[in-house]
Amino acid sequence: MRHIISVLLENEAGALSRVSGLFSARGFNIESLTVAATNDETLSRMTIVSVGDDGIIEQIVKQLNKLIDVVKVTDLTSMEHIERELLLVKIDVNPDTQADIDRQIDKFSGKIIDVSEDTYLVEVVGQSKKINEFLGSLDALKILEVSRTGVTGVCQKREG
Amino acid sequence: MKLNGAQILVQSLKNEGVDHIFGYPGGAVLHIYDALGAQDDIKHILVRHEQGATHAADGYARASGKPGVVLVTSGPGITNAVTGIATAHMDSIPMVVISGQVPSPLIGNDAFQEVDAVGITRSCVKHNFLIKDINQISLTIKKAFHIASTGRPGPVLIDIPKDITIAQIQEPNYIDTVDMRSYQPVVDAEPKQIIKAVELILSAKQPVIYAGGGCVIGNADQELREFTRQLGFPITQTLMGLGAYPAKGELFIGMLGMHGTYEANMTMHDSDCVIAVGARFDDRITANISKFCPTAKIIHIDIDPSSIGKNVAVNVPLVGEVKSVLKDLIQALKGKKTTDISAWWAQINEWRGVDSLAYQTKEGVIKPQTVIETLYEVTKGEAIVTSDVGQHQMWAAQYYHFNEPRRWINSGGLGTMGFGLPAAMGAKLAKPDRDVACVTGEGSIQMMLQELSTMLQYNTPVKIINLNNGYLGMVRQWQEFFYEKRYAMSYMEALPDFVKLAESYGHIGVKVEREEDLKPALIEAFKQKDRTVFLDIITDPNENVFPMIPSGAGHNEMLLAGRDEMASTNDEGLDQV
Ligand SMILES: Cc1cc2nc3c(=O)[nH]c(=O)nc-3n(C[C@H](O)[C@H](O)[C@H](O)COP(=O)(O)OP(=O)(O)OC[C@H]3O[C@@H](n4cnc5c(N)ncnc54)[C@H](O)[C@@H]3O)c2cc1C
Ligand SMILES: Cc1ncc(C[n+]2csc(CCOP(=O)(O)OP(=O)(O)O)c2C)c(N)n1
Ligand SMILES: [Mg+2]
Repeated sequence: MRHIISVLLENEAGALSRVSGLFSARGFNIESLTVAATNDETLSRMTIVSVGDDGIIEQIVKQLNKLIDVVKVTDLTSMEHIERELLLVKIDVNPDTQADIDRQIDKFSGKIIDVSEDTYLVEVVGQSKKINEFLGSLDALKILEVSRTGVTGVCQKREG
Repeated sequence: MKLNGAQILVQSLKNEGVDHIFGYPGGAVLHIYDALGAQDDIKHILVRHEQGATHAADGYARASGKPGVVLVTSGPGITNAVTGIATAHMDSIPMVVISGQVPSPLIGNDAFQEVDAVGITRSCVKHNFLIKDINQISLTIKKAFHIASTGRPGPVLIDIPKDITIAQIQEPNYIDTVDMRSYQPVVDAEPKQIIKAVELILSAKQPVIYAGGGCVIGNADQELREFTRQLGFPITQTLMGLGAYPAKGELFIGMLGMHGTYEANMTMHDSDCVIAVGARFDDRITANISKFCPTAKIIHIDIDPSSIGKNVAVNVPLVGEVKSVLKDLIQALKGKKTTDISAWWAQINEWRGVDSLAYQTKEGVIKPQTVIETLYEVTKGEAIVTSDVGQHQMWAAQYYHFNEPRRWINSGGLGTMGFGLPAAMGAKLAKPDRDVACVTGEGSIQMMLQELSTMLQYNTPVKIINLNNGYLGMVRQWQEFFYEKRYAMSYMEALPDFVKLAESYGHIGVKVEREEDLKPALIEAFKQKDRTVFLDIITDPNENVFPMIPSGAGHNEMLLAGRDEMASTNDEGLDQV
């Protein structure tokens, strides 16, 4: 099953490589990984999406907790949470396809953020599933470039 | 007063109570050496190879319980140390390694003797640091010792660029303790889990205690003894646990696992309640995991949550220090009555009757098992025994009956040939009043021979028991059993004359070829209190380690000496003239 794991860790040089090294050394799978500073400048937040059975996810959480720089690990999947990802996609557009593409962008609440003679740059925000669906709704041959941020997420309760 | 970084570093080490550093100098650490040379609280042991430094510090740590300390230079200095760091990591040994680094402005430039020490060691340390600011030196040392020696211990590396050892600041205020929000090892297990464990223990009909290295590492031997005696349960120990519970104890049924006793493995197999105490269900223990303890409920005490449920599903997890968890269990079990397990003991005693460690002596050859038994006799079981890796290691574990913890020092998790000799030196420095023997093989000893020179320089008398079977015996055994006796590259031609070799290093060398010379030679060697003696003992080249769980088999499918030896060699028996 797919899990979103949120990791709060000391904002130290090398913290990212400790986490990515852990995943490769132990053969854990990473679907996406994002990391950035938080409101507390001594801490970073990393959000990892991984797929595995319960035993593997339990090991991932335990191994992450074991890293000395890690302050807190939360498996968001086990609680009410919000998940978001941002997509930037460059699409080939011509007068024949434009109407259809516009419709899809509308349907997925996307935003056209740049337009050239024959391309759109579109932004879509949402769950990964929605982004996958949006990309799936486009003609694959017309997708010129895709850049996704990977998932970030928070739990909905006040204390997570 | 202004001090340079190197002086602050050395003072910080003193504050940690460091009395020995094992190291080797080089450009990046010359300021540190300068500071070390200017004091005499810390004794520096100049090894002959950085791997030797790490194993010696490791042996020192295992014998004393204190973290071992290593100092190496950048580049080749730290890469040479990696094997020893990984060895300590696998066996959860507290160690602090300080490596020099090229000056900060040159980092990343492929500077002379630059390697990414933090990157190279990341996966084989508990934690590592690159010091970027002279003001961080004392705090980093404090953190390193704290991390290395608490929780599940392990090696910590501190990489320090040369310029930081040279810069000067006002001498800092050294702190006494450190509290890290991201590192808070658990001590006590959850009370509700203790209650669950007690229920399970009281209802067990076929229980067994399976104790491991955590009992040694966590200094919980007294609690383990009390707990075991309170229950009257059979106890088996891993290779790393030996000595925590005394081998001569009635309730001890021997080591378990690949080369464990028949009774230990059968007991595990048929048990309905396994109490794992500071052990990590290593694959050498479980053998074929799908056949492991098919009927048992499992209670697992471990300080490291990730050890629990990693290889084997556990019914009652008890996360905490063995010492404290056992104390809680002992308390909770006081006055409670366990199930009558006399039928279980009758069964175990029947298995004991198989006498799986019996071996056949042969006229004219020295059996390696006899050597270890004689070593036990001559040292009255009171020596510290280190070992290398191979058959000799298993024989030492099986036939030297360890009755106290920290007497048996070996590389279990990584299985590092070359470990034994430097570890013996480190152990002797930690326990100068105790006899130290290094049980080794002609293969392993050649991996760290150069440390004989260090041992002369610092007068660390050790007795080297070289079980010279002329083969990489453990490899040869596998080839005999599983590769139809195709002995590819497991024979070493051109062995040195070990007697002359020992002599050329300034030690005593003795060759033992006849069984009648064995005991006198050992007695004489241990009489030489101030000398290192190298006993080159020519042993049966064809002896195998039994009993054995072959790969893929379960605990109840062991190969036994005599019976299965014949079966496995039957087809080509005629070749063995
Ligand atoms: C040639 C060869 C053959 C081998 N054959 C065998 C064999 O037949 N049988 C065998 O047993 N081994 C054998 N080994 C060794 C094996 O590879 C493992 O090293 C060993 O089984 C691990 O022992 P352990 O489970 O006690 O764990 P250790 O490696 O000692 O780990 C200790 C465990 O205790 C925990 N711990 C540490 N400190 C504490 C504390 N204070 N409180 C609570 N928990 C703590 C740790 O988290 C860890 O999980 C062999 C090795 C070699 C090289
Ligand atoms: C550094 C290293 N390389 C290779 C091995 C694989 N290995 C395990 S046991 C062994 C043979 C050891 O031979 P020896 O020291 O003579 O001991 P014996 O088995 O003959 O008692 C080898 C090569 C190892 N454990 N360590
Ligand atoms: Mg050999």
